[in-house]
Amino acid sequence: MERTGQGLRNRIGIGSLRWAVLPVLFLVAWEIAAIAIDNPFILPTLESVAGVLASPFTSILGTGSLVENAAVSLQRVMLGFIAGALVAIPLGIAMGRWQRFAELVDPLIQIFRPIPPLAWVPLALAWFRIGLASMVFIIALGAFFPVLLNTLDGVRSVKRTWVEAAMTLGATERQLLARVILPGALPTIWTGLRVGFGIAWMCLVAAEMMPGTNAGLGYLILYAYNFSQVQVIIAGMIVIGIIGLGIDVALRQVEERRFRWRELER
Amino acid sequence: MKLEVDRVSKRYPADHGEGVEALREISLEVPEGEFVCILGPSGCGKTTLLRIIAGLEAPTAGEVRVDGVPVTGPTPRLGMIFQDYSLYPWRRVIENVAFGLELAGTGKAERLERAREYLDLVGLSAFADAFPYELSGGMRQRVAVARALATDPAVVLMDEPFGALDAQTRNAMQLELLEIWARTRKTVLFVTHSVDEAVFLADRIVVLSARPGTVREVIEVCDPRPRDRTCEACATIRRHVLGLINEDRPAD
Repeated sequence: MERTGQGLRNRIGIGSLRWAVLPVLFLVAWEIAAIAIDNPFILPTLESVAGVLASPFTSILGTGSLVENAAVSLQRVMLGFIAGALVAIPLGIAMGRWQRFAELVDPLIQIFRPIPPLAWVPLALAWFRIGLASMVFIIALGAFFPVLLNTLDGVRSVKRTWVEAAMTLGATERQLLARVILPGALPTIWTGLRVGFGIAWMCLVAAEMMPGTNAGLGYLILYAYNFSQVQVIIAGMIVIGIIGLGIDVALRQVEERRFRWRELER
Repeated sequence: MKLEVDRVSKRYPADHGEGVEALREISLEVPEGEFVCILGPSGCGKTTLLRIIAGLEAPTAGEVRVDGVPVTGPTPRLGMIFQDYSLYPWRRVIENVAFGLELAGTGKAERLERAREYLDLVGLSAFADAFPYELSGGMRQRVAVARALATDPAVVLMDEPFGALDAQTRNAMQLELLEIWARTRKTVLFVTHSVDEAVFLADRIVVLSARPGTVREVIEVCDPRPRDRTCEACATIRRHVLGLINEDRPAD
């Protein structure tokens, strides 16, 4: 029954397009509202935003094109994200493997974890001055905790007999870490990287609104605000959203392909 | 090669009070090539005993020796097969079997060739490139057997390896294990709580008592293999062993 029902729906093409219903309604509502409000400084029309998006290589208000600013942002987020992950993953593995070490480090982590990365902005400016270093610091902080906690969780969920089987086969501690614990924890670590990247991306845009910045998507939308270019603000927001979504989808695809065993292993 | 278990005791400490005495003064000698089953009621510490022999746990007193050398930790000389197979799900079957050789630094071509031989021995050559989750429980345990044998251990320790399998698969696996054993002539220490399994497989059955585990009796099974599960000699031994175990059980 269910099968034929689904087949029928697919033939008419409703089932496969259902995801598009709300987004289309949203765009229609936006356009109607924009026409009704009739004030581009509050809500520009779809066409004016699309116009900005349609010429991604054109310099906007003399501060670089969408693509140029996106490239600067991506470069910054990668630096910060990699820095955060490079500290978080080894630390998480060490904490997961050696309980004593975990007990030693855990209080400090619990104290720092609830502080939002953006609360560090003034301190970052004081320490690193205005510029790349303070942005990387903020982004790295944002990525750090999700990656750390997932790594820790992943290492602790590695089956005891995986470790013991390797020991009876003659594994050294190093081999255990590299060939059993790391691959066994990798699916969970990957989830941490995904979540961490999402937070890093959010921190980036906020970090680019810090004083003294002169490029990047966060800077672009703040700059456009100063010139009341609301269509540029919205276009910039859309680019931020699309890049964030695109990277999450890519990471999730790797997860589904490479770590399928996590679901299939009973 | 000789395996000696010399007055091994194990006590787990408790936060308060006496703690739990799991094993008391277990002694056992296993000559090369023998198939020994360790049998006992649940909670008698038979798995603990096997883990101590494997070097995965330290005894509170006594020691385990292989050829006179005390066991102080896990070693590839003592292969271990776990009830839950413990295969690495991110490695293909062939890579699982080759894992021990990989750890020992054997070159890729050589270790894959040796792994293939052992896969052949357990009849799974066709599944070399499959992942463990694509195999049934019985097949997974055969991969685990191949993995344990590939490093050529002196003794193979098996911890209720067929405990999670259904009765028919279990019978088939027992037969297959005997064939593999006949071909490799490994010393086998096999822990089980199934009297039938022990009577069908073992040269000698070591019956443990309930907590604390002590050696209750050692029974020779002289019947030639392959054994008929329903034969009279088997039935006699089975009756005797069941009697031992039942005596031990507190009245419920």
